[in-house]
Amino acid sequence: MTTKKVTGSQAVILSLLEEGVDTIFGYPGGAIMPIYDALYDFDKHVSHILTRHEQGAVHAAEGYARVTGKAGVCFATSGPGATNLITGIADAMIDSTPLVCITGQVASPLLGTDAFQESDVVGISMPVTKWNYQITVPEEIPEVIAQAFYIAQSGRPGPVLIDITKDAQFGELEFKYEKCKKIRSYVPEFPVDPFKVKEAADLINTSKKPLLLFGQGVIIGNAENELKEFIEKTGIPAAWTLLGLSALPSDHELNVGMLGMHGNYGPNLLTNQADLIIAVGMRFDDRVTGKVSEYAKQAKIVHLEIDPAEINKIKFADVAVLGNAKKSLRMLIDNVKDNSHKAWVNEFKKCDKIENDKIIKKELFPKKPGLTMGEVIRIAGDKTNHEAILVSDVGQHQMVASRYFKFRRSKSNVTSGGLGTMGFGLPASLGAQIGAPDRTVIVVIGDGGFQMTIQELGTIAQNKLPVKIVVLNNNFLGMVRQWQQLFFDKRYSFTELQNPDFITIAKGFGIDGHRVEVREDLEKGVSKMINHHGPYLLEIVVEKEDNVFPMVPTGASVSDVILEP
Amino acid sequence: MKQEFNITVFTENHIGLLTRITIVFTRRKVNIESLTVSESAIPGVFKFTIVVHTTEEQTIKIVSQIEKQIDVLKAFYHTNDEMIYQEIALYKVPTEALYDNDAIEKIVRNAGARILEITREYVVIEKTGHKDETQALFEALNKFKVLQFIRSGRVALTRDPFERLSEFLRERDAFLDAMD
Repeated sequence: MTTKKVTGSQAVILSLLEEGVDTIFGYPGGAIMPIYDALYDFDKHVSHILTRHEQGAVHAAEGYARVTGKAGVCFATSGPGATNLITGIADAMIDSTPLVCITGQVASPLLGTDAFQESDVVGISMPVTKWNYQITVPEEIPEVIAQAFYIAQSGRPGPVLIDITKDAQFGELEFKYEKCKKIRSYVPEFPVDPFKVKEAADLINTSKKPLLLFGQGVIIGNAENELKEFIEKTGIPAAWTLLGLSALPSDHELNVGMLGMHGNYGPNLLTNQADLIIAVGMRFDDRVTGKVSEYAKQAKIVHLEIDPAEINKIKFADVAVLGNAKKSLRMLIDNVKDNSHKAWVNEFKKCDKIENDKIIKKELFPKKPGLTMGEVIRIAGDKTNHEAILVSDVGQHQMVASRYFKFRRSKSNVTSGGLGTMGFGLPASLGAQIGAPDRTVIVVIGDGGFQMTIQELGTIAQNKLPVKIVVLNNNFLGMVRQWQQLFFDKRYSFTELQNPDFITIAKGFGIDGHRVEVREDLEKGVSKMINHHGPYLLEIVVEKEDNVFPMVPTGASVSDVILEP
Repeated sequence: MKQEFNITVFTENHIGLLTRITIVFTRRKVNIESLTVSESAIPGVFKFTIVVHTTEEQTIKIVSQIEKQIDVLKAFYHTNDEMIYQEIALYKVPTEALYDNDAIEKIVRNAGARILEITREYVVIEKTGHKDETQALFEALNKFKVLQFIRSGRVALTRDPFERLSEFLRERDAFLDAMD
């Protein structure tokens, strides 16, 4: 292999190119200036998106990663630049999103001296990264970056942070690059054990009321077709976690809806009647299980999971099948019998009817004057033929959007699940748009979350990204207000907002938009947004004190799901 | 039921790994009772011996979270019964306490301890054993006013005839080579 002498900074960029990186999200500063200087010569090979805040860069990288399946890359300087990444890194960690974050660091002789903009970013990021490493000598750069991409993208993906001191960026090395193929101490995925598959198949073949729960593991593992084939062969109804959404088309007859706190009535209620739970690439999050001691205790559990630490973490698995979801499901398909569970699936249909009558009709086709979040989402989904990428922020609108948008394609739902990071939506949407330039990206945000990262309108405008921004404005931190109403005697402690004129703000950034306040203008407004060339902000004034239902109250069992207050 | 468990961790020799491992305990509010880290029989592979007082269920989860760390090769847990283990303790007592009678000498002899160093001012005594034994010696010696006392973390071996790690590393290498 030929080598050439380059600086550490050039080696960083060359290594990223070797990994096929086409976009970097970042923000320059003192300690990363040599890398930015090297980047200046590579503008034809890799694009750099200058966000308005490092948190914007990391969420944008997450959005990019979630729609492409490739690691999102971001740059930040030392000290505050690096600490501003932490929220996004923590978000990526809990949602298994592959990221490679590169931070500048003060020169190695200054480490530990409280130098200007020095922070112990390796120490700070340790609990929220899959792996991190500090480089102080240029020779380490290619190998460490190769390892970073391998670790971030393999097995259960996650964020990796590499901190590079300024002297390592300036120093020289003989550059040669080899992709990382293995690390002795790391097994990304275990081979599927055929005996476990057989045991799982036996339980599935004899089960009377099986229910399959799928999570993001299906999307990350590209196992959408296998999931569909498996449920069609066995006739087993399938329900999704928030991050599993879009892995199975919404209109599939065996798609019985969303699990958890604001999930659908049927899958929650019937979890506690199933005799077998087949969990695929999901981790029994508390928002899914409700009270764990009351969760599916009558059922046997089959858990298909890539991460051994998830087995028996929350829920004991009668049969655990370790490995990648695609391979596990493929082997399972070959071992299960053709079957159907008509009467059991019908139970879900009955629940759907109840939920439809009590909640969904009113939410999607309201008779009251105030606009509901649900009707906005319904129209936005319909007008994009359910082919769009939906990015959501965190709160009531997120639950409504996830419940009602409807999907035909996988990798189309980008949201902050595990960490519940308000402010995620807008920057994630710009990353998603860059990752999927040919698709319509609609981001739905509440008025609270919008103001957390509103500065990224600047990034969207500068890069002419045609993101369709829907702000559902109820002048409240809606989800907190809902809890205050239901569980804190309507004591609305610091949840009401006095908002700015969002349209004027958008226009100030050079983004067109308008505000909808009445139902007559809604459809037209959504169409105008979708047909608009370039980014667009549609602000919709929704009912001030609407609630999201059904709801599994905190600490309650999933079968105690309530349909109305 | 809470009890003592010995967690053994084999790792690569990387900076910061100690923190990564201790974070697993901190995050679950499990206190580390004792910790010993040293290079193992295999060059470049480090061995952590960590003693915790908690439930077996919690221990299993901690072990799987430790094993998930990229630079960790393997982690195990054992009960005290399953291991041979020792701690070492050093005691410094005033030399003049030995002048009066042979009480200290008898205590040292009965405890199977030994004297490491004698100066005009102090005598340093060493004892290896389980915590209750080193503690009992401390209490006996403290009648003569122990000037300084230190006890090490635990070192422990399994009752297996040999170290399983070499075998494990061979299997791991073969496995990773076979990976597509």
